[in-house]
Amino acid sequence: MRLAGLIIAAFTGTVLLYSTVDFPAWGDPASPAGTHVSPHYLERGLEETSVPNIVTAVLADYRSFDTMFEATVIFAAGAVCVILLRIFGVHTRDRYYRHLLTGVTIHVIGDRKIPEDSEVFERIDALWVPHDVIISTISRILIPFIQLFALYVLAHGHHSPGGGFQGGVILGASVILMAISTNLRVSLERVGERTVALLAALGLLIYAGTGVLCMLSGGNYLDYGALAEWLPVDPVAARSLGILLVEIGVGVTVSATMIAIYRNLASSGRMDEGL
Amino acid sequence: MIWQLDLLILTLVILCAVAVISVRDLLGCAILFGAYSFLMCLLWAVMGAVDVAFTEASVGAGVSTVFLVAAVFRTTRRTKD
Amino acid sequence: MQDLLQLIAARYNYWLYIVLMMVGFYAMIAKNNLVKKIAGMSIFQTAIILFYISIGYKKDATIPILMHAPDGAHHAVHAADYVNPLPHVLMLTAIVVSVSTLGVALALAVKVYQSYGTLEEDEIRERMREENASQE
Repeated sequence: MRLAGLIIAAFTGTVLLYSTVDFPAWGDPASPAGTHVSPHYLERGLEETSVPNIVTAVLADYRSFDTMFEATVIFAAGAVCVILLRIFGVHTRDRYYRHLLTGVTIHVIGDRKIPEDSEVFERIDALWVPHDVIISTISRILIPFIQLFALYVLAHGHHSPGGGFQGGVILGASVILMAISTNLRVSLERVGERTVALLAALGLLIYAGTGVLCMLSGGNYLDYGALAEWLPVDPVAARSLGILLVEIGVGVTVSATMIAIYRNLASSGRMDEGL
Repeated sequence: MIWQLDLLILTLVILCAVAVISVRDLLGCAILFGAYSFLMCLLWAVMGAVDVAFTEASVGAGVSTVFLVAAVFRTTRRTKD
Repeated sequence: MQDLLQLIAARYNYWLYIVLMMVGFYAMIAKNNLVKKIAGMSIFQTAIILFYISIGYKKDATIPILMHAPDGAHHAVHAADYVNPLPHVLMLTAIVVSVSTLGVALALAVKVYQSYGTLEEDEIRERMREENASQE
């Protein structure tokens, strides 16, 4: 298998190398990729959408159908991970608790259990490795700032590199950090499973709903200039606001999907303590 | 763009990619994959694609590496090849 | 010889991208471990994204974020001064789709491990054969 793989890879590589002779010179402004549509985006993008970051303007306005179906793909991937891995109804008969003051571990058999909000007992699973005090303390301090930075990146997608995807991923990463540094159960208390699933669908609904709103205002689907009927702005600024709305939708979906995929991967679907 | 920097980072990227597929410890693969992702992000930033570099830094070197490490912890760490 | 050297100097970066693509491609075909195959898939995807981004680069051009004059005056924008933003847009979609695919692939690998107890492809095939043989 290895020899066959090597031969196939070498053959494909040779064919591709042979085809590079016809490529345009690297960095040529007159190459075919840089003509036709892209000068229009660069030269007219600011005056048509009032968004200086041309990549965000093209992503969320000129090519907004692509982005909508990409958000659908992300949502579908999160749903597939939940469907594949999630196991419901796993009730272990044994629970392990650790007494925080003395470090003694007790093993409770049967259906009896210690209430969850008890101050002196902490629930652990048998395979769990004790966490570090330093990491959990520092993460607890850092997580609000990470979330604030994520919201900053989302809101400033118009003027600096950033936008919906990056902000959403950082927001999801903050909840993943909470799950890694302390406990998956702690992060399940803060942001429940049902909340995450609803948020993933809500983000997509915001995106598609903006398109429908544009249609109700008299324009085409996802034609943000038609939003100027509802808002007291001119159509150019309405396009900028429409871009902000869809970026919020995409950010919410992406963050919820990252949280859902991590939780299902780290606990193999059981939603116990995770890593 | 400085072509020497570009060539250097590209060489490191290829070395990192070869290392990802040849190391026998799967956790080492995951960490090297994070390094590979981060070097790609640098390469794109050098070429002027700042949005793409931002996304790769957060998605590739962040979340993707975490998924790979989580999967390695949930399955097995040793591999024969 | 001079011609060949000039060809190499003009095209060497494409050749290095193709080498990277073939590294990922080889890993997807020839490696036995499932996680290595998935990592090879991800290497292949990022190499293709690298190739696309390199198409959009223009010599002596700056990033595609325009300078916004505070008083609203618009200067004439020349497209040759800015890096082509279209490949960046397409590749943003590609990166996020690739991480979604990675998540689904890893979920499948975890499920395979739960069923068969191993991640090596030849061992999985043997155990499947034993299962089929013991069922008949």
